[in-house]
Amino acid sequence: MNNLFVYIETEGGKVADVSLELLTKGRELATELGVKLEAVLIGDGVAGLAPELAKYGADKVWLAEGAELAPYRTLPHAAILCGLIEAEKPQICLMGATPVGRDLGPRVSSAMHSGLTADCTSLVIGPHKDPKTGKEYEKLLYQIRPAFGGNIIATIINPDCRPQMATVREGVMKKEYAAKPGAGEVAKVDWKKMTRPEDFVVRIIERHIEERKIDIKGAGIIVAGGYGMGSKDNFQLCFDLAETLGGEVGASRAAVDAGFCEHARQIGQTGVTVRPKLYIACGISGQIQHTAGMEDSAMIIAINTDPEAPINNIADYTIIGDVNDVIPRMIKAYHKNSK
Amino acid sequence: MKKLKIVVLAKQVPDTRNVGKDAMTPEGTVNRAALPAIFNPEDLNALEQALRLKDRFPGTTVTVLSMGPHRAAEVIRDAMLRGADGGVLLTDRKFAGADTLATSYALSCAAKKLAPDVIIAGRQAIDGDTAQVGSQVAEKLGWPQVTYAEEILGLDGGKMTIKRRLENGIEVVEAPLPLVVTVNGSAAPCRPQNARRILKYKYAMIPTEVAADPESLAAEMTAKHDYLQIAEWGADAVDPDPTQLGLEGSPTKVKKIDSVVFALKESKCLRCTDDEINSLIVELLETHTLG
Repeated sequence: MNNLFVYIETEGGKVADVSLELLTKGRELATELGVKLEAVLIGDGVAGLAPELAKYGADKVWLAEGAELAPYRTLPHAAILCGLIEAEKPQICLMGATPVGRDLGPRVSSAMHSGLTADCTSLVIGPHKDPKTGKEYEKLLYQIRPAFGGNIIATIINPDCRPQMATVREGVMKKEYAAKPGAGEVAKVDWKKMTRPEDFVVRIIERHIEERKIDIKGAGIIVAGGYGMGSKDNFQLCFDLAETLGGEVGASRAAVDAGFCEHARQIGQTGVTVRPKLYIACGISGQIQHTAGMEDSAMIIAINTDPEAPINNIADYTIIGDVNDVIPRMIKAYHKNSK
Repeated sequence: MKKLKIVVLAKQVPDTRNVGKDAMTPEGTVNRAALPAIFNPEDLNALEQALRLKDRFPGTTVTVLSMGPHRAAEVIRDAMLRGADGGVLLTDRKFAGADTLATSYALSCAAKKLAPDVIIAGRQAIDGDTAQVGSQVAEKLGWPQVTYAEEILGLDGGKMTIKRRLENGIEVVEAPLPLVVTVNGSAAPCRPQNARRILKYKYAMIPTEVAADPESLAAEMTAKHDYLQIAEWGADAVDPDPTQLGLEGSPTKVKKIDSVVFALKESKCLRCTDDEINSLIVELLETHTLG
């Protein structure tokens, strides 16, 4: 009771990275709270994944298996998660801010009448005193996220309703085996009692999920372009530089919204979080929404015409100039010196 | 069923790309009055899907439901100029300070009263980026939901076939009505305002707007023609449980708001010359950051 739940997402027989990242974070929070970390694993033929969840610190794995439970559909997964929440009363429930988690989370939070904070960039345990009633709370989950287009950082709490729910984007938390593995005790869930026939009315007719082609998360060098690249044609310069340096291409939300490149390359709160050894920001102003996804890079170079751009404040090097001048010079300099 | 009653959820949002210093109130909620307001982009994608159903199935009606201050009537009017039949603005101080759950509850009460076959909404609004309201409205109504929709492909025997756009692929699902669909930004863009509809609907207003200038031509036109009257509902009109509205009905609270402060790093500033860029690249190679 009052433990910490992590909803486990699976695809193609594997646990999604974001779920392992949440277990890693969940382990830390559960230890601080003195409670158990429990994974909720719903799918078909997924029992074999339980030992891996234990390595990331899961004390217990709630396992619901059945052919009807995969691929993911909203209603049966929501019914099972709600059933478990009602029975086990976890104080916290975390899930990935993926198309699955962002579909499931609100449905469950509405049914449980508990709040849900989307796309958190940090989760911390802390106290709270209600300014009006003076009521004091000891260990609440601070759900911290940039808000309002990234212009502010909001700390959201959920004082009275349980569970405290939050979604977190892939890559935001680090993924690490627990110092001491959890017991990973598997508890089978009698899910048929938790679902009704109406939960199966939506039918999946067709499904094409591809292996991810673009994966910038693991890249050591990232050349990221922003709205300041000017056009889709010009954005090609980022690809040229990335190819020269042996890196990957990323983009700010503004560049993706403008159609300069595909969404899979978006870095920031509503995209991927990256920590490369070198990050080159080209024509990116540096709104918090973007910097939240790259500020832990080991070295940051910002190329910008604006000496006042916020990105310059977190950069190790700032090159003041037009990307059209700077990038070709960098490519030339690399060719000259790399041999 | 070939004639649908569709409700489109639309939100007027502050243009978060243009934010000034007075954007937040001391209580940490959004000071909407200080910001330019626009039609939430993905709600326009949702409207287009609704209008396409109306094109295909004559007799279908599209009603836009929005919650917000009086000036949010603007998005309903805009939708009417693009093809919607009419709209309802849900507006009341009792809704103020609502988080997504309290918002969804209020919208679901209004939706119950409108009793549509399908509710179509944008996937998320740019001021919150939470993608919660569509799913929560569905849950409150006890209806199935299809999120991340890119195209409504068909409607047959009370079942809708919908293509969803996921991060790494697509899914086609079939779901029975009544249903909530949330539409992704990758869906077809919304048709523009139509010249003939502008002539016909430009004076569409909510009663509060009429009352603000009762002598105007617009007020006179609105009084004459029912189709120009955008409905304005307060909380009492939708018979809600008052404890589930506004701040009180919101489980999440804003504990604090921090403005964004960057920890200043010591940044070396270079000019765009071959010499300076060359020495940077040399340094990066020497420290094995590159190569």
